[in-house]
Amino acid sequence: MSELVWIFLSALVVNNFTLALFLGLCPFMGVSSRVETALRMGAANIFVLVVTSLSVSFLNAFVLVKAPYLRIIAFIVVIASLVQVVETVIKKVSPVLFRELGIYLPLITTNCAILGLAIFQTNRGYGFFEGLAFAVGAGLGLTLALVLMASIREETELADVPSIARGMGLVLIIAGSLSLGFMGFAGLLSSS
Amino acid sequence: MRQTTPQQDLLRGLWRENPVLIQMLGLCPALAVTNNVENSLAMGLATFFVLCGSSLLVSLCKRWIPGEIRISVYILIIATFVTVADLCLAALLPDIHKALGAFIALIVVNCMILGRQEAFASRRPVGRALLDAVGTGAGFTLALVMLGGTREVLGSGSFLNVPLFGPSYEPWVVMILPPGGFLTLGVLLLGLAWWEERRRERVKAGGVPAGADMEPSPALGMSLSERASSRGDAA
Repeated sequence: MSELVWIFLSALVVNNFTLALFLGLCPFMGVSSRVETALRMGAANIFVLVVTSLSVSFLNAFVLVKAPYLRIIAFIVVIASLVQVVETVIKKVSPVLFRELGIYLPLITTNCAILGLAIFQTNRGYGFFEGLAFAVGAGLGLTLALVLMASIREETELADVPSIARGMGLVLIIAGSLSLGFMGFAGLLSSS
Repeated sequence: MRQTTPQQDLLRGLWRENPVLIQMLGLCPALAVTNNVENSLAMGLATFFVLCGSSLLVSLCKRWIPGEIRISVYILIIATFVTVADLCLAALLPDIHKALGAFIALIVVNCMILGRQEAFASRRPVGRALLDAVGTGAGFTLALVMLGGTREVLGSGSFLNVPLFGPSYEPWVVMILPPGGFLTLGVLLLGLAWWEERRRERVKAGGVPAGADMEPSPALGMSLSERASSRGDAA
């Protein structure tokens, strides 16, 4: 049990997908200008990450044992079709949620955090429950980073920054500072 | 649609529409593996190979790819080339393969590659598609080596593992850690923006109408022809 907690915490803050591993930077740069959209994007991500983790456990246990060289292709095909299925189901079951998530759901297919999770889970040999803890932690970590970034960007919108910093330059410097802050969590795991 | 010359196709991706520095595509690998020059170069060349291979194949097969499922087909083609690159690196350069880790496999979801297929390779002849892939791939490698070079020189005091400053140099360890990636690219972009602003002011002072040849980060969804025509109108 305690191992699951460590996997969760590690994915949440110590090895935060966005700020320490640089996964999922596209939404981090693209949709982090409003806290509300950041939250929705985070929710969509958590959802897809968990479903991906479940199917990767299944693939690793039953399919890829026989053909390990098909790993990358199998993962990307499964993720792409999964997102499609999830989208259709949500549209049918809960139109409200579908409208809330909007364009973010299909965009998630090309989010490297999802494929990254699948590959890390395989490389580290996580089983079903470990994978699940990893996925939830990673998803919450992504959401945390997105929301933090969005809150800061909402503030800087009104700030008087030099004209050259009005683009991605400023966002990257902020991300660097956030990442620096998250490095403070690095001692959390080694001290135990 | 404004016709581009072969030279333009080749050189455009190198600097003026550099995938990382101008279009901000493919940031994940650009920041994740650039903590030294060796890794940056390996990552850049692997991406270069995948981009050229998939552009060639997509351009060759474009007549037989149905429009509705083209994205899935592109991703499958890209994934195939990534698998080839992954297995080759693992066999030939196991140390570098280990250092790059999962990021080789993550070339599949590099939006730069898919973007080039959608915007260029799927509508141009094979030769042009290949030229464009070579230019864009070289631009990507160039940006990665710039980032990796800066980070390695500051963070380890060496270049390609050759020590530069002697034993008294205290390395900025933070530069080879994750925050260093964000900060290096951020400072690089600030510098580019400053340079661009100064150039525009000089053009304005000279009375020459400002050329729109350095569009600020063209969106991924914008097709090449749109981009070309908007540039043509502004000029």
